[in-house]
Amino acid sequence: MPSVKKKAPEGWTRKDLLGLQELTRGEIELLLATARGFQEVSTRSIKKVPALRGKVVVTMFVEPSTRTRTSFELASARMSADIVDFPTSMSSLTKGESLIDTAKNIEAMGIDILIIRHGASGAPHLLAKHLKASVVNAGDGAHEHPTQGLLDIFTIREAKGRIEGLKVAIVGDISHSRVARSDIWGLRKLGAEVTVVGPSTLIPGPIEKLGVKVSHDLDAVLPEMDVINMLRIQMERQKRSLFPSLPEYSRLFGLNGERLRRAKPDLLILHPGPMNRGVEITPEVADGPQSVILRQVTNGLAVRMAVLYHVSGAHRAEGAPDA
Amino acid sequence: MPSLLLRGGRIIDPAHRIDRVADLLCVDGTVKRIGAKISGADEVLDVAGLVVAPGFVDMHVHLREPGKEEEETIASGSAAAIAGGFTSVAAMPNTEPAVDTQAAAEFVIQQGRRAGKANVYPIGAVTKERKGEELAEMGALVRGGAVAFSDDGAPVQNAEMMRIGLQYAKMFDRVVISHCEDRDLCGSGVMNAGVVAMTLGLSGMPRIAEDIMVHRDIALVAATGGRLHIAHLSTAGGVDLVRAAQKRGLRVTAEATPHHVALTDEAVREYDPNFKMNPPLRTATDVAAVRDGLRDGTIAAIATDHAPHAAEEKECEFVAAPFGVIGLETALPVVITELVEKKVLSLVQAVARLTAGPARILGIPKGTLKPGADADITVFDPKSAWVIDPSKFRSKSRNCPFAGWKVRGRVVHTIVSGKRMDP
Repeated sequence: MPSVKKKAPEGWTRKDLLGLQELTRGEIELLLATARGFQEVSTRSIKKVPALRGKVVVTMFVEPSTRTRTSFELASARMSADIVDFPTSMSSLTKGESLIDTAKNIEAMGIDILIIRHGASGAPHLLAKHLKASVVNAGDGAHEHPTQGLLDIFTIREAKGRIEGLKVAIVGDISHSRVARSDIWGLRKLGAEVTVVGPSTLIPGPIEKLGVKVSHDLDAVLPEMDVINMLRIQMERQKRSLFPSLPEYSRLFGLNGERLRRAKPDLLILHPGPMNRGVEITPEVADGPQSVILRQVTNGLAVRMAVLYHVSGAHRAEGAPDA
Repeated sequence: MPSLLLRGGRIIDPAHRIDRVADLLCVDGTVKRIGAKISGADEVLDVAGLVVAPGFVDMHVHLREPGKEEEETIASGSAAAIAGGFTSVAAMPNTEPAVDTQAAAEFVIQQGRRAGKANVYPIGAVTKERKGEELAEMGALVRGGAVAFSDDGAPVQNAEMMRIGLQYAKMFDRVVISHCEDRDLCGSGVMNAGVVAMTLGLSGMPRIAEDIMVHRDIALVAATGGRLHIAHLSTAGGVDLVRAAQKRGLRVTAEATPHHVALTDEAVREYDPNFKMNPPLRTATDVAAVRDGLRDGTIAAIATDHAPHAAEEKECEFVAAPFGVIGLETALPVVITELVEKKVLSLVQAVARLTAGPARILGIPKGTLKPGADADITVFDPKSAWVIDPSKFRSKSRNCPFAGWKVRGRVVHTIVSGKRMDP
C-alpha cells in the first residue's frame, strides 16, 4: 500500500462519492494523497495491486462515455476488483424499468461499488439512498463530475506544486458543466482563486455565490492566469440560441496561439475532453508544451483508484492487503 | 336528522367577526343558534378548549378522477379532505378527460355525493381539453355545477384566448383561475431558478416567468373587467402586482399554498421529488412576501393544490418526476405551526383564509357559521402536537413534503351538514 495513507490527515467514512461540494478539504487532500501513492502502480510492468481483490465493481453509464468508463474499468482492474459493465443501451432501463429497480437488481447479484453516469442531476444520490453498495458519481447531468474535478486538481498540483493562491480560469459553458462545478468546489476548498469565463448566456447569474469571479473577456483575464481549463462547447447550446455561432464563440473564447502569447509563459492548459479542435482550442495549443491534457487522462486512473479504494472501505479492512 | 350541540368551544367565524366561547346548535343540517348554555340536543359534543370554525374550504385540489384513479379518487380525496378539516373542495378540471363539458362537471358532483364525505365542487376548463385553443362551453359547465374556470396545470399561454375567457366568464360571474407561468421562460425547468438550482445542476423556472403572467392577466382584467384569481401565488413580484391591482379596484384575488409559505428551494438539495411542484418552492424573500400577502389580505385564501402522484412516479430521478405534492391532510397543522405560532397570522386570520376567503372567491354559500348556514363545521385543537406520518393518510398517495414534521394543530371533528364525518 502507498505509505501516504498511514499519515492521512483524516479518515474516510463516506459510503459514496457523489460530489466535491460536500467533501472537506481534508477529505480531498486524503484522496489526492492516496492517488499519488497509486500513481506509481501504473509505471510498473505488472500494473496490479490486490487492494480490491474479491470486490465487485459495476459500471452503469446511462449517458454515453468512453474515456471515463475506460478509466474506471482500468482503475478497478489495477486494484484486482471484478468489474462488470451494465450495458444500459440494451438493458431493462429501455424497457421501462425504473433506475432504482435496475440498480437493486444489480445489487442483488452482490456488488460492492456501483459507478454511475447519468444525464439526470441527482441520479447518483437516488441510488446512494436506495443501495447498500457504494455509489460513485461518474458525472450526473449538470451537477458534478467529482473524479474529473479531483484529477484536474491533481494534475494542477503535480505541475505547479501547489493549489493555494493559484489563479485558475474555467472557460466555456459554465451553466451546463458538471466539470466546472466540481472544479469550483475542489479548487476553492484548496485555496485557489477561480474565475469563470464565457458568454453571459452560459454563465449562471448566481455563480459568484460559489466564491468565484466572472468575466466575459478572455483577453482581459488571461495574462494573470496560472491555469486555464477549456471546457468543451456543445453544439446543442447553439441550437437553443444561447450563443450565435461556433465561429463567434471561437473568436471570443477560443484558446489559440496568438492569445497564448499574451499569457504567462508557464500557463498550464487543461481540457476535460473530448476536444473540439478548432473551436474552444486550436491544435497548436492542445498539443503544445503548456498542455497537460493527456497527463489529466493518465492521472485520472490514479485518482479513480484512490476513490475506489476509499469508498470500498479497503483502507479500514483489517489486514488489508498491502500493495 | 338528530340535532347536534357543540358545547363550550371557541367559536371563530371571521365572516361575521365572531370570536367567543359559546355553544353552537345544529338542527336539520343547518346552524340553528350560537349562544350560552344551549341545551336539549340529541347529541352533545364537549368541545371546551377547542376551536369551532366554519368547515374549511379548499378551492384548489386535484382529485384525479376520472383518469388516474390509482393516484386518487373523488372518494379517497374527499376522505382526505375530511381528515384535514375541509368540508368543501373545488376540484381542478385537469383530469383525463378534462372537465370541459356539462356531463363531466355533473360526474364530479355525482361522485362527490356517492362518496358522501366533503362537498365536491367542479371547476370547469377555460378551453376545450385544456388545449388553450377554443373556449369550453362555459354556460353548460355552469349548468353542470362548475363554480369557476381554470386550465390549471398549464397557463392559457395565448393572451387573446385568456382575454376571451375572462370576458366570457363575466356573464356567469365566475372567476377565472390562472396558473401563471410563461412556458418559454420556464423551458425544461424543474425547480426555482437560483443558486440552489445552479448548485444542483438542475434547470430553473425563473420567478419572472410567474410575474410576467400575473402582470399579463391583470392587464387583461383591466381591459375586460373580468374576474381573475391567481392560483398558488409564489413570488414576491406576484404579490406586489396583485396588491397593486387590488388598490386599483380590479377584481383580482389570489391564493397561497401551505408549502409555499413553509418551505424554500433549499428543501430540494437532496433531490427528493416530494419537493418538486409547480410553481416551484421559491426563496426566503418570496416566502416572506407571500406571508405578508396573507397577513394584509392581498392573498385571501389558503389552498393546498393537493396533487396526488403514485409512489412509483415520485421515486425516481428528480427531473423525471411529475410536479405536485399532496396537502389536504397537512394544511391546518402547517398553517398553525408556520403562520400562527410564528405570529404571521392570528388564529382568526388563519381561519378566515381557510374559510370565508375562498368561499367568497368561489361565490359558494360556505365558510360561515351564521344561523341558517349549512352546518359545515371544523373543530380543531390548535395546541395538539403530533408528527406527520404520510402512511396514515386517507389520500391514496403519499407525496407529502412534510413527512416527519413535528407540528401543532389537529382536526378533532369534521361536520358536514350537521353530520359528524369524523376521520
